[in-house]
Amino acid sequence: MGILDFLKRKPEPSAGIAKERLRIIVAQERSTRGAPDYLPLLRSELLEVIKKYVHVDLDAISINVERDSGHEVLELSVALPDGKSGS
Amino acid sequence: MTAEIIVVTSGKGGVGKTTTSASFATGLAMSGKKVAVIDFDVGLRNLDLIMGCERRVVYDFVNVVHGEATLKQALIKDKRYENLYVLAASQTRDKDALTQEGVEKVLQGLSEDGFDYVVCDSPAGIEKGAHLAMYFADRAVVVVNPEVSSVRDSDRILGLLASKTRRAERGDGAIVQHLLLTRYNPARVAAGEMLSVSDVEEILGIKVVGVIPESENVLAASNAGVPVILDADSQVGQAYSDTVARVLGEERPLRFLDAPKKGFFQRVFGG
Repeated sequence: MGILDFLKRKPEPSAGIAKERLRIIVAQERSTRGAPDYLPLLRSELLEVIKKYVHVDLDAISINVERDSGHEVLELSVALPDGKSGS
Repeated sequence: MTAEIIVVTSGKGGVGKTTTSASFATGLAMSGKKVAVIDFDVGLRNLDLIMGCERRVVYDFVNVVHGEATLKQALIKDKRYENLYVLAASQTRDKDALTQEGVEKVLQGLSEDGFDYVVCDSPAGIEKGAHLAMYFADRAVVVVNPEVSSVRDSDRILGLLASKTRRAERGDGAIVQHLLLTRYNPARVAAGEMLSVSDVEEILGIKVVGVIPESENVLAASNAGVPVILDADSQVGQAYSDTVARVLGEERPLRFLDAPKKGFFQRVFGG
C-alpha cells in the first residue's frame, strides 16, 4: 500500500461476488443436466394447474430427475404458502 | 499398442486451447513420444500458425477424412522434433465436412502408424466439431480462465465429457479429466479481483493439473510460431512443462501462484 493510495478510491473486491454467483448457477445447471427437455414446460403447466387451487409462484415448484440404479425418479415438490393449503 | 487420444477443450473460445494443444503436443514429443496434434476447427484453421508450419500445409484433416489424401501426405513433420506431426484443419470446408466414421478412421490410422499420443485441438462451442474432438478421447484437458463465463462453460464441458463420449457410451471406464487454469494473474488474485485456484477447484469440484500464468510470452511465442513451452526461460514455458509431466504421472508442485514482491518505489507510491 503506497502513501498516496488514500487518494484513489478502492474498488470492491469482485472475486467473491464471482465465486458466489458461479456456485449458485453451476449447482442449478448440474441439477438439470441430462434431464428431459420437457421439464421446463411440464413445470409451467403444473404451475397453471396448481394455481387454480392455491396461489403459488414459479419458485415454489421444483422438479428433479433422480437416477437410481437402473431407474429414474421424477421428483416434484411444491411449497404451499402458509395457511392457504387445503382450501 | 494403441495411441492415447487427448482432447484439449473448453467450451468458451479464446481461453488458450490452441496455445495449450501446441505446447502440450510439443511437451509430449520432447519426452520422446510420437505425437500427432490435430486441428478440429474446420473453417478456422489456426494450430498451423501457432506451431509455425502454416506455409507447409498442402493437405488437411478433411482431405484425409474424405480419402482425397493419405495420412502420410497430410501429416506435417515439425521442424524441431522429428517425432511430432501436425494435421491442419481445412480452411475452405464447413464444419459438416467431418464425420464420426471419418474421424475414427484417421485416429485408427494414426494408431496403426505407431503414434503414442494424438492431441485433438477442439473448436470452441459444443457443436459438431467440438463433439467429434472429444468423442474418441481417453483423456481430456479442460482449459479454463479464472473468469465467470469460462468457469460456467467448463462445467458444462465436464458434464459432456462424462456422458457424450465413446467411453461413456460403451461404459469403458470414465475418460480422465484434467483441469488446466490459464491466464492466471496472481497479483489480481491477491487483490481480490480474480478467482483463485482454490475458488475454481471448489466451484468445479476438480483439482487443477496445472496453472499457467498470464504472460506476454504467449503472444510473443504465437507471433513467432513457436509453441510457448519451448520458451524454457519463461514462467509460462515452465508451467506447461510441469503440466505435461503431471499428466504423464510425475508429481510436481504448482509454481508461480504468488504475486511478485513489489519494489521500494511501488510500495511507497502504489501501483
